[in-house]
Amino acid sequence: MNEAWLFAAQRLSAMVMAPLVLLHLGVILYAIRDGLSADEILSRTEGSLFWGAVYGLFVLAAAVHAPIGLRAVLREWGRWRGAGLDIAMALFGLLLLALGLRALAAVL
Amino acid sequence: MKRACHRLAETGYDEPVMAMLEVEIWRGGEDGAWRSYAVPHQANQTVLDVVTHVQRHIDPSLAYRFACRVGMCGSCAMTVNGRPRWTCRTHVSQAARKGRVRIGPLRNLPVIRDLAVDMAPFFEKWRDAEARFVPSKEPPEEPVRPDEPERRAADAGIECINCAVCYAACDSVAWNPDYPGPAVLNRLWTLVNDRRDGDRDGHLDAAGAGCHLCRSHQECADACPTGLNPTAAIAGLKREVFRRALSGGARGPRQ
Amino acid sequence: MRRGPWWAFLLHRLSGVALAVFLPFHFLVLGLAVERAALDGVLDWTENPWVKLAEAGLVVLLALHLTGGLRLLLLEFGRWSDRQQSRIAVAGGLALLAGFGFLAAAFA
Repeated sequence: MNEAWLFAAQRLSAMVMAPLVLLHLGVILYAIRDGLSADEILSRTEGSLFWGAVYGLFVLAAAVHAPIGLRAVLREWGRWRGAGLDIAMALFGLLLLALGLRALAAVL
Repeated sequence: MKRACHRLAETGYDEPVMAMLEVEIWRGGEDGAWRSYAVPHQANQTVLDVVTHVQRHIDPSLAYRFACRVGMCGSCAMTVNGRPRWTCRTHVSQAARKGRVRIGPLRNLPVIRDLAVDMAPFFEKWRDAEARFVPSKEPPEEPVRPDEPERRAADAGIECINCAVCYAACDSVAWNPDYPGPAVLNRLWTLVNDRRDGDRDGHLDAAGAGCHLCRSHQECADACPTGLNPTAAIAGLKREVFRRALSGGARGPRQ
Repeated sequence: MRRGPWWAFLLHRLSGVALAVFLPFHFLVLGLAVERAALDGVLDWTENPWVKLAEAGLVVLLALHLTGGLRLLLLEFGRWSDRQQSRIAVAGGLALLAGFGFLAAAFA
């Protein structure tokens, strides 16, 4: 893998996610008051272009960011290197993307 | 004066003995062990003085390395009470804890015997990254002024004495066999900032193969005996390699 | 021997791994939203104070990874500053604040 590109993807996805995480934390603190319910969540998200775009971007960036970070941890602490690790991490990214988009489709 | 010199020649000391130090020194190779020695403690005594005392007065078979004794050559680095240090410029009073000093070989390098490590991997990474000045084909049209920003940036990292203290302090070196280490990357950053150097892109490509493995622990900057900050240099490399990757310039990593 | 920046790194890495492990489960639960009753089942379970406490932990992890990540972006892409320890303190403090905010909102 080209480390320079992985680094660029990791930092760019971080820059994309920083404001989104801040927003997400705000939503969490706001929504948790008087408890969570499916109705409450869905009333916010259903048919909303804004939340669809925000969380769509969030899912995409997280699916890029998490596998690259995990790859570094496994290389350094797990002593796992080479093509096997890269394939496993690509699959993990795809899994996150698929589950994330499925979740998004469920709440939109 | 004559008398003092005579005393020095005879006992190795020109200062009164203050107390005895409890010194532990690593003996043997990777599978060696700590061995204890009692060494007289004196004012202004360096850790290298302690090692030299043991070698001259207690056990002549002790292997260690030094040359200049004034912090220029970078050959006397050892692990002192868990910290990599240049032993010729480290006073025992700075390093000792409750009158105890434990002196071992540098971390992250193969131990040859006792306090001598094999420096080859350190210098091989230096060579593989081609971290050396490449003269530009033509001299710069503008004269290089000492106070211009590029020159200042280059000067910031130039006082490296290749002692490998940063290399021993670095966890990324311990965790990644391919990581070139702080000293090599600091050198590449110096070259990238040097307007007289003719291969800026080549240096950036070399840095791109490994600089991302720096986790910004800043142990190198903390340990560097000449007060350099390799972490800041590596951050500069990451930034420039990032810019180059985005502009589509980067070749694949050279590994 | 290890100092502030090393511990900041460790927290950043551990919070990152924890979030990467949590994320697929988070997506799976949200995917239940197609059937409101199923999602409400899970949300009822989160009313348990111990689960709320665990969620506060997740909020701290997310906030920690955010502030730690911003610190890293500043370190790598900004001008070098020697005030690294203060930045670490600010990053940690803000993350804890987010956790307390969550607890205050959840148990209000």
